[in-house]
Amino acid sequence: MQIARETLLQSYRAMRTIRAFEERLHVEFATGEIPGFVHLYCGEEASAVGVCAHLTDNDTIASTHRGHGHCIAKGVDVGGMMAEIYGRQTGVCRGKGGSMHIADLSKGMLGANGIVGGGPPLICGAALSHKTLKDNGVAIAFYGDGASNEGFTLESLNLASVWKLPAVFVVEDNGYGEATGASYACAGTQKDRAAGFGMPYMECDGTDFFSVYESAREAIDYARSGKGPVMLHVHLSRWYGHFEGDAMTYRVAGEVAEQKEHHDCLKHFRERVTSAGLLEATALDDIDAAVADEVESSVIAAKAAPWPEDSALMADVYVKY
Amino acid sequence: MSKKSFRQAINEALRQEMRRDPRVILMGEDVAGGRGGTSGVKDAWGGVLGVTKGLLTEFGEDRVLDTPISEASYIGAAAGAAATGLRPVAELMFVDFIGSCLDQVLNQAAKFRYMFGGKARTPMVIRAMYGAGFNAAAQHSQSLYPLFTHIPGLKVVIPSSPYEAKGLLIEAIRDDDPVIFLENKVMYDEEEDVPDESYTIPFGEANLTREGEDVTIVAIGRMVGMANEAADRLEKQGITCTVIDPRTTSPFDEDTILECVEETGRLVVVDESSPRCNMACDISALVAERAFGALKAPIVRVVPPHTPVPFSTPLEKLYMPSAEKIEAAVKNVMKQHAREVA
Repeated sequence: MQIARETLLQSYRAMRTIRAFEERLHVEFATGEIPGFVHLYCGEEASAVGVCAHLTDNDTIASTHRGHGHCIAKGVDVGGMMAEIYGRQTGVCRGKGGSMHIADLSKGMLGANGIVGGGPPLICGAALSHKTLKDNGVAIAFYGDGASNEGFTLESLNLASVWKLPAVFVVEDNGYGEATGASYACAGTQKDRAAGFGMPYMECDGTDFFSVYESAREAIDYARSGKGPVMLHVHLSRWYGHFEGDAMTYRVAGEVAEQKEHHDCLKHFRERVTSAGLLEATALDDIDAAVADEVESSVIAAKAAPWPEDSALMADVYVKY
Repeated sequence: MSKKSFRQAINEALRQEMRRDPRVILMGEDVAGGRGGTSGVKDAWGGVLGVTKGLLTEFGEDRVLDTPISEASYIGAAAGAAATGLRPVAELMFVDFIGSCLDQVLNQAAKFRYMFGGKARTPMVIRAMYGAGFNAAAQHSQSLYPLFTHIPGLKVVIPSSPYEAKGLLIEAIRDDDPVIFLENKVMYDEEEDVPDESYTIPFGEANLTREGEDVTIVAIGRMVGMANEAADRLEKQGITCTVIDPRTTSPFDEDTILECVEETGRLVVVDESSPRCNMACDISALVAERAFGALKAPIVRVVPPHTPVPFSTPLEKLYMPSAEKIEAAVKNVMKQHAREVA
């Protein structure tokens, strides 16, 4: 597998940005300055980035309540995201969506989603748009093992197959739907579910960028070629709780530490590209420093940004009143 | 201009808009029908009551999409398609089926624009049948427009005649917000003169079907016809009524109602939906808050009882508002005034 240097650099930068963004949110949330609910994507970065590396702004994704990673991987502005999470007027949704509803349709990002399983039906529609408008786009639904048990999701797998839509269903299986293990809550297997709806199934290691990248390429090429939908099952682990403030008493002590030690997608990426001579450590160090600056600036700017005007309360309920 | 049924008027609106704009697509359960059947017959139904008949023939399977019986996925798909460049008209068949897909309407389509800071447009229409009077029983007879009216971000349209249906549906399809378009299933064969050409009726502008001096009657959807019938009878008895058809419950033309109540001083509201938290309550609250001083008698609501819709014909008749019940209600508000004056 040959991956262009530019793609490697961009992918590393995106993964590092997600990691830095989320770890900073973890710190800032604890200060009480961030309102509402925040669900962190740390540990899962390779999935969003490995998939979105194959997409352009013309392609559509729908995300989940754990959506920051997908947004960053799809190119949503980091400063605008941070401001949104702080509820400021300068946020990408002008402070009216917050962490769970970041969207940027100009980037093909159809929104994080506060409803578990909300995305797959929407992605059937986005895929239908791509197919009907013949714009060569694909639509990707990211959803978790928890959402895989929603009726919406199962209906969507069926509809996508019936309509032969250019859609990829990416199951980000981190082993937990909130505080309940997938080993308890998911009957059968994702593989059998894909087969049950007549679509190809692929799986990959979501802590390894290269594993995701390669599988996603195949899945997306298949969908884009008009053959119909695909399921891509990504095995990964989340490093923080379901939401910030979750003590994770349902996980054995050391589970996350083991993941961080042995299954850190960023560490793995660095080792792989430097040992293979694909990128120099200094290039990665430069990215780390630039990302740290970008995230720091985004927090400073968000905290200094104005709150929405009172007039925003009534604005944008409708296009036309 | 020619006589057209409610069904034909809706079909014509869909056809004209699909001709005008290639982004308009239809989807729903058996909007064509026949796919996968052993006979090979296409357009076998054209909608469960034949409203979309013939559209498949003209526009093909890429624009008239039969769905599995799978409301959450295709109503959600309509929302996703609307946000990404199409203008879907999704048929939910019976509005009662909203229970299978409410999230896609309540939490997705209705919220996109606000939640995304004004950066989304969701030009979709959900067509669905509503209403009792068809012996369709409790799960196929509800009038759920208050449920949708309650949700900010949705527009809610309830046409009262074939003419209204055509103009309001064309407006709905051209509108950039999600619109719930509710068709009373008892009215499909009602006929009146409807222009052949395309036309629109704006949302949020109530229609006065008649003007009188004694009582204002606000009626919704099929109830407008009943209110007019009652008003005819009352006129012969010397009582004249203004009848208001709000046309849309969201947006809602409050001003017209307030102006008419200021003139007549008496209000009867006719609403086919369950009586708690329905439009009759909403309109009563509006008038109590903003035109209390004009009222010569307490407001009267003509509404069904707080029960599921019954199946058996006499029970369903008992359940439904009717011209007779409206007539009695109007006489009642007139009497109350007479008592006070005496």
